[in-house]
Amino acid sequence: MSNIKVLKAGFFTTVQDTGRIGYQKFGMPVAGVMDSFSYRVANCLVGNDEKEAVLEAAFLGPELEFQEGMVVAITGADMRPRLNGKEIPMWESFKAAKGDKLSLGGIVKGLRTYIAFGGEICVEEVNNSKSTFVKSGIGGYKGRKLMDNDALAIKVSAAAVPGRRMEQKYIPEYKPRNKIRAVLGPQDDYFTEEGINAFFSPYGYKITKEADRMGYRLEGEAIAHKDKADIISDGATFGAVQVPANGQPIILMADRQTTGGYTKIAAVISTDLPVLAQMSPGNEIIFEKVTLQEAHVIYREYERKFAEIKAQICSSYKKYEFIGPSKKMRLIVNGIEYMADVQRIE
Amino acid sequence: MYKKIKYLPLGDKALVMEFGNEISKDINAKIRNVMRQLSEVEIFGIEELLPTYRSIMIMYEPLKIEYENLVSKLEMLSDTKAENGEEEIRIVEIPTLYGNEYGPDIEYVADHNHITVDEVIKIHTGTDYLVYMLGFTPGFTYLGGMSEKIATPRLPSPRTAIPAGSVGIAGSQTGMYPSETPGGWQLIGRTPVKLYDPESEPPVLLNAGDYVRYVSVNQQEYDEIQRMVKEGRYEIKIIITGGSELRE
Repeated sequence: MSNIKVLKAGFFTTVQDTGRIGYQKFGMPVAGVMDSFSYRVANCLVGNDEKEAVLEAAFLGPELEFQEGMVVAITGADMRPRLNGKEIPMWESFKAAKGDKLSLGGIVKGLRTYIAFGGEICVEEVNNSKSTFVKSGIGGYKGRKLMDNDALAIKVSAAAVPGRRMEQKYIPEYKPRNKIRAVLGPQDDYFTEEGINAFFSPYGYKITKEADRMGYRLEGEAIAHKDKADIISDGATFGAVQVPANGQPIILMADRQTTGGYTKIAAVISTDLPVLAQMSPGNEIIFEKVTLQEAHVIYREYERKFAEIKAQICSSYKKYEFIGPSKKMRLIVNGIEYMADVQRIE
Repeated sequence: MYKKIKYLPLGDKALVMEFGNEISKDINAKIRNVMRQLSEVEIFGIEELLPTYRSIMIMYEPLKIEYENLVSKLEMLSDTKAENGEEEIRIVEIPTLYGNEYGPDIEYVADHNHITVDEVIKIHTGTDYLVYMLGFTPGFTYLGGMSEKIATPRLPSPRTAIPAGSVGIAGSQTGMYPSETPGGWQLIGRTPVKLYDPESEPPVLLNAGDYVRYVSVNQQEYDEIQRMVKEGRYEIKIIITGGSELRE
């Protein structure tokens, strides 16, 4: 039975998880979350498995009414979340009670916000995933983005934990101009030297309005091919940078088709995809060349740090129970920040 | 086909094993051979494989396997000759109702090639088509081997909705739409068979390396098959052969 009422759906709110792994050979796009960092943290905060489905909201967040108490965490873009009209902190799990209203606004910083619920979002798995692939109407909530007055069902987990918090220093800073690292290939030999230099030039590329879950079209100095821009279609990954004949690059994102027929000059490294996922039309990208070896060093360091973040979140759990209305206070004592829950006791 | 397989990085979690730079049956056979071996030996750290016309995209987890190690394992594997006994071929029969509202462009295809509608059907059903790869939309097959005698350019302006199961021609390619999508192919018929069903495992009827054989059916047969498909009791006819039954 449903226990969350979607009062307002927001601009583009979908159910997403890690996507459909192993089905690309059938022509099935992977889909899944755009920003895997915020996604994994959100699940960790509520005590879920890292791969549990969440809500991904872009540009303007939803307004939800809880019909059952549950633990919730919000990460990613800042949409000024409020619980019953009061601003609540992000990157932290909290308990929403029956009747509470959670409302998210428009983006202040970043682009995509993630909402995790302690437990499972009850939608059927299609090919081992709850991700919504809107273009084909597959998966997620009825194969589409949420709409006003939809009803979501959460199988609330008794193991969910409120009061977990990720330390401030780990919260990503969303900037309108970012260095994005990429590894050359597989078709870098289809481009002139000038073309490759243009791609990595410090002038960078602007994200155009044609930027969605499928791909980001960029605009900047044209990248010159030696001869042809077309290839015999081959596989494409999240982050692959296609350059069609007009020389303007397109970065393929979560909802990309499995195969593509344009030359791929390079691919964005996996650790920089969460940064890219939070960038909006009008933002600027400066591509930076890294070798594959460097990319793997960066990736190992990223996962080591992620393990550290996870450990920090898990140890942040303070055991307390709400026995009455509680107020949160941020205290700074000798330069160290504390979060205190203050409640009246009888 | 290249003398030596190329290993090309595609970001930090995928590599492309490229066998050549043309569409050919030899390359396709080589790819199927490597795919078969990979399914037998299972290299730890490989997460997903995507075979295409002339390459295999290999998704891997760098924390589980080093790139150089992965490449050397793949090199060893691809050097191994397949036990070249009789390779089995799967020919999948696709019952198709040609013409009328099911294939509204069949007369155009006939006129364009200065032949009759019956000849279009005879030519289209007379060849078995190799499934080179799947892509574009779930279950969409890229087929090779159509006769130039029925080649016809795409529609000048694509239709906004083509019914699932439609069989069409685009240039010298033929194929089917597994689900309703917009498209610009010349439609010559329709099959009642489900080519893509997210509820089934695997979700597709055809795999890369299979052959497709179109079989002409009449309205009565079409309706009967459609009813059986709906009731979940239609059995696709699949011919497994050493190659002797292949029409090329």
